[in-house]
Amino acid sequence: MLKQYIAEKLKQKDILLMTHIVLGYPNMEASIQLIDIMVEAGVDLMELQIPFSEPIADGPIILKANQKALENNVTVKECLEKAAEMTVKHSIPFLYMSYFNILYKYGLQAFIEKMSADNIQGAIVPDLPPEEGTDYIQWMKENKRAPIFIYSPNTSNERMRVLSSHGDGFIYCVARKGVTGKKTQFSSEIDDYLKRCRNTTSLPLALGFGVKEKSDIDFLKGKADIAVVGSETIKIMNEKGFNAVADFISNLSA
Amino acid sequence: MTKKGYFGEFGGAFLPEILVATFEELEREFTAIKSDTEFWNLYQSLMSNYSCRPTPLTYAENLTQHLGGARIFIKREDLNHTGAHKLNNVMGQGLMVKRMGKGRVIAETGAGQHGVATATMAAKFGFKCTIYMGETDVIRQRPNVFWMNRLGAEVVPVTDGTRILKDAINEAFRDWVSNMDDTHYVLGTACGPHPFPEMVTFFQSIIGKEARKQVLDQTGKLPDRIFACVGGGSNAMGIFSGFLEDPVELIGVEAGGKGLSTHHHASRLCSDDASLGVAQGYKTFFLQNDEGQMNETHSIAAGLDYVGVSPVLSHLRECKRVRFSAATDEEVIEVMKLTMQKEGIIPALESAHAFVQAFKEAPQMSQDQIIIINQSGRGDKDIFTIADAFQDPDWNQFIINKAEQYHA
Repeated sequence: MLKQYIAEKLKQKDILLMTHIVLGYPNMEASIQLIDIMVEAGVDLMELQIPFSEPIADGPIILKANQKALENNVTVKECLEKAAEMTVKHSIPFLYMSYFNILYKYGLQAFIEKMSADNIQGAIVPDLPPEEGTDYIQWMKENKRAPIFIYSPNTSNERMRVLSSHGDGFIYCVARKGVTGKKTQFSSEIDDYLKRCRNTTSLPLALGFGVKEKSDIDFLKGKADIAVVGSETIKIMNEKGFNAVADFISNLSA
Repeated sequence: MTKKGYFGEFGGAFLPEILVATFEELEREFTAIKSDTEFWNLYQSLMSNYSCRPTPLTYAENLTQHLGGARIFIKREDLNHTGAHKLNNVMGQGLMVKRMGKGRVIAETGAGQHGVATATMAAKFGFKCTIYMGETDVIRQRPNVFWMNRLGAEVVPVTDGTRILKDAINEAFRDWVSNMDDTHYVLGTACGPHPFPEMVTFFQSIIGKEARKQVLDQTGKLPDRIFACVGGGSNAMGIFSGFLEDPVELIGVEAGGKGLSTHHHASRLCSDDASLGVAQGYKTFFLQNDEGQMNETHSIAAGLDYVGVSPVLSHLRECKRVRFSAATDEEVIEVMKLTMQKEGIIPALESAHAFVQAFKEAPQMSQDQIIIINQSGRGDKDIFTIADAFQDPDWNQFIINKAEQYHA
């Protein structure tokens, strides 16, 4: 199970690294290559985003990656096939990240059963709050998959506890307001926020949105359990290519 | 844990966590004002003195004689300030923004009507204003962009996705998740996450309330049928909501584009191309593919080419309270010509869709029957789009000459 894996890993290192890619961007072959490079460079877990035409919570970099993947005619079916190959090839846990309509149109129960069959450990669905996700939560739990819920800085303590009671694996803490890919100030404010998060859940904490540099990750040591790097790796790939991504990740996970 | 904002199986609030607290605040505010008669009185007096409410219900005598069937009445939302029904919702939300103490409003716009209305409201109430508009719509509705700028709003062309209304909505949400503390998102139609469908319907219901009273005053009876065009569904919900409890047949008319069989249309409720889905924060019928990716839509009317539709209307269709049909681009142009010539009234391209279906049905009805068409907006300000649709050679020459002047 995801939670145990994280606990075991945390005995070996101070903070884990989770990266995010968009399946099919810049094309399917390259996104698979990127997974190989990231795993090789030492990431501890990965989010695989299944592209959607209306990625409402994503900022410009990931939004464009979603669009490009769809322009390449990448299908959901193909994404699931490739993801299944990755879980066989690599030993780190993989998670899906996508918007609810992708799961809904596939057939929610069928999607979750497929996750289970393919050994995808959990899912992050940013537009599915627990109020709307009763069936999702139930089927995820029945299939021993982790429904990962999100905390934000304006989530009340009371609501954090509700989210935690439905979640599994870890809690994804959004560092700030706004969308993915913009700058985050790593300051005492984040410190206080993470303390508040910690007090409301026994699940490990992942922190994402605006994590770009080694110093950001160092700042998070002892405060969060997992640092999430998303848009920045896509940006580096776009600007400097695959080798630069490998160097970037090796440096972060060192 | 309870689900909120459902109409049958449609609606809901599929929100990113970052917006949950903002929607809770909005819902609290809406709950407070909707049962507050003083608020409604304030709203109504604002709309009478600043806008042109109540808008007239016009008996279209010439069209009635020409078509030779039911008596045709037209509810004149074209005479509302800014030229469409959009201002009803915007001013209502503007009053709420004042109550919430926020200083900035953002909005999406397709045809530009909602953008102009929001910019107008922001100017009157002293709010900062940003309007998101798909790049395709910026090009085809340039005059409205001009007015939004003059009214003091910043207009941001959206270059992502299909560059139309839905993409503008996504971008407005992206702004909101960053700036919700001081910013209210004035959603323009009866769609999106709860409480928007109900809230927009609430403000637009002023149309139906007036129309019901007016038709009773003028004819002594209720109408037999009411026709309204349906993009997101705000004008339709506005007029329909005044008659939901009455024995009145309600007909929504969607954009048939180049014809339902061509797939170049925006008909979600009367074509087989749409299916149930969840996007932009709510569950309804969307024009999407088998895997849940949204399709491109087409309509001659920028205000009707939305991929989703009000969850309230999806529900009213399921329980057979509202009937739906579609009007093609070609039919719309023909009906506009007829309406202008017979009545001296210029409906917006969007509104003309409702006229198409009404004109098909009126001749089959008897002379003591009554229909109301909701004319959601006026067409004269869409002169560039309408002139293109009419292929008027003299107008084209005028534009060519005008362009030469600018080159000189």
